[in-house]
Amino acid sequence: MSETSHTFKPKQKRSRYISAIKRLQRYPTTLIGFTIVFLFLIIALFGPLLAPYAYTAQNLPNKLQPPSEEHIFGTDQFGRDVYSRILVGSRDVLSVAGSGTALAVFFGLLLGLFSGYRGGLFDELIMRAMDVILSIPPLLLAMVILFSLGPSRVNVIIIVGFLYIPMVARVVRSVVLDLKTRQFIEAARLRGENSFYILYKEILPNVLPHLAVEASMRFSYSIFLVASLGFLGLGVQPPSPDWGLMVGEGRTWFHQSRWVLFFPAGAIALLVVGVGFMSDGLRRILLPGGVSDA
Amino acid sequence: MTNFLLRRIGFILITLILTSIIIFSITQLLPGDVARVILGRFATEQALDNLRQELGLYRPLHVQYLDWAGGFIRGDWGDSLVSRMPIRPMVMQRLGNSAMLAGVALLIYVPLGIILGVIAALKKDKPPDQLITGISMAFVGLPEFVTGLLLITFLAIGLEWFPANSSIDPESTFREALPYLILPAITVSLTGLGYIARMTRSGTIDVLRTDYIRAADLKGLPAGQVLFKHVLRNSLLPTVTVVAMGIGWLLAGLIVTEAVFGYPGLGRLIVFSIQRQDLPLLQACSMIIVAIYSISNLAADIIYGLLNPRIRVGS
Repeated sequence: MSETSHTFKPKQKRSRYISAIKRLQRYPTTLIGFTIVFLFLIIALFGPLLAPYAYTAQNLPNKLQPPSEEHIFGTDQFGRDVYSRILVGSRDVLSVAGSGTALAVFFGLLLGLFSGYRGGLFDELIMRAMDVILSIPPLLLAMVILFSLGPSRVNVIIIVGFLYIPMVARVVRSVVLDLKTRQFIEAARLRGENSFYILYKEILPNVLPHLAVEASMRFSYSIFLVASLGFLGLGVQPPSPDWGLMVGEGRTWFHQSRWVLFFPAGAIALLVVGVGFMSDGLRRILLPGGVSDA
Repeated sequence: MTNFLLRRIGFILITLILTSIIIFSITQLLPGDVARVILGRFATEQALDNLRQELGLYRPLHVQYLDWAGGFIRGDWGDSLVSRMPIRPMVMQRLGNSAMLAGVALLIYVPLGIILGVIAALKKDKPPDQLITGISMAFVGLPEFVTGLLLITFLAIGLEWFPANSSIDPESTFREALPYLILPAITVSLTGLGYIARMTRSGTIDVLRTDYIRAADLKGLPAGQVLFKHVLRNSLLPTVTVVAMGIGWLLAGLIVTEAVFGYPGLGRLIVFSIQRQDLPLLQACSMIIVAIYSISNLAADIIYGLLNPRIRVGS
């Protein structure tokens, strides 16, 4: 390690940091996005403690009551407190969509790294398999699989993970293909480093920014998918306070008591918009060179 | 070009075969079997056995698959387990309804998306751009049931402009159906609108940066002429692809939208087939959607190749 590289590094990092902040200021949506996601994380962590009622506590004489002081979001068809259910449900939504995304990112990263780095027949086979999965609309495939496996929380997580592996793998692979031709990889190879070292120490750090952006996008799609499945009644099952499920169940009482589905639908909308803005902001901050809005 | 076409078509065929195997095998994982679904939980072993014999469920799986796939290609899609009616006319009728809905949606969101995208590109990073980009980003991520319910609340119940429920007679003509199509069409449009606007925006920005646009500008050509004759012709290239690819995606997006509005399209038929465990119906609907999805992706590739000679040679 030479002296210059030691003194140079921190300075470069700081200017990078400052320009990231500057970019952030130009896009207020990014700040909004991060704030919303942060708030939802707090709610998911502490919400269940703050919930005034148990999310399963029924009170039939008190059903379908409009928002009041005791029940600020009103009560649902079983007299359950909508506000409490939304608070508890935030943990459900974030954990199901989050675990699914984590699965997809982990396996997508592995496949993308090896496929891109190895190349050849292995790469060809993996990528064609990914193309086949991508040629079925995700929602449809999820519905068909859930039909056979039966709807449950674990199955929804596995399916979300499985469905989004190809997208992650494709992104990672394309970054690896680009990196592979760079000189620092060649240098590492000539130094006699083994493939594992090169993948882990040289390629992975450069893939991470792209992976972070992709992961945040997948997260937003996962919420979309989980909510849609819940709404159709094919995802997480009652009495779970899944927001999509709450909207689906509340639809029957739409005309007399709109709050039953209005608040969960609003929560989904807010979260999805927040994650969308956040992921767009991550792209602007982490990948400033290629800000393509595709 | 012929080579490129043949390769793409070959790939689509292989994909369709593989996806049909996937769909067939996934639906075989169902606990219990078709015979039990038809006869119910309390059927006697003898009755079950007879029905299985009749349906050929004792044959090896690959024989069953080939039989099913062959029938599908010949147009014999079997009968629904629930209604005992032939599946094909039912699916085709619902597909027609979904196509009407998709058509109205396309007419709404493609022109609007292009206009918004061009405006955003011309006003890059200024308030109009931030507004358009922000709104389209928000709507792209919103599930259809959220936007649909919002629209019902404001436009159907609040202002009473449109009917809140679109569960019309499946045999309605386009003219009869049109008033019921508007709200669901706007619902799916809001998602598509964002995609088109963003693609148009980034395509237009790329073209605006090029030297030949600068040259046209410096030459003193009127701004309108530069925009329509020089910019759009090149910048709409990615948009065309998104529109074509979007058709398959649109059909999938209709699953939720049709459930919200109760519109009798293919999406609702799929949900119905899952709720009633109508296996052959589910398989047929899924294959149709996958086929349309693949064909519209192929169309996107071909259009892109036709419009952009670089791709034609490149891949």
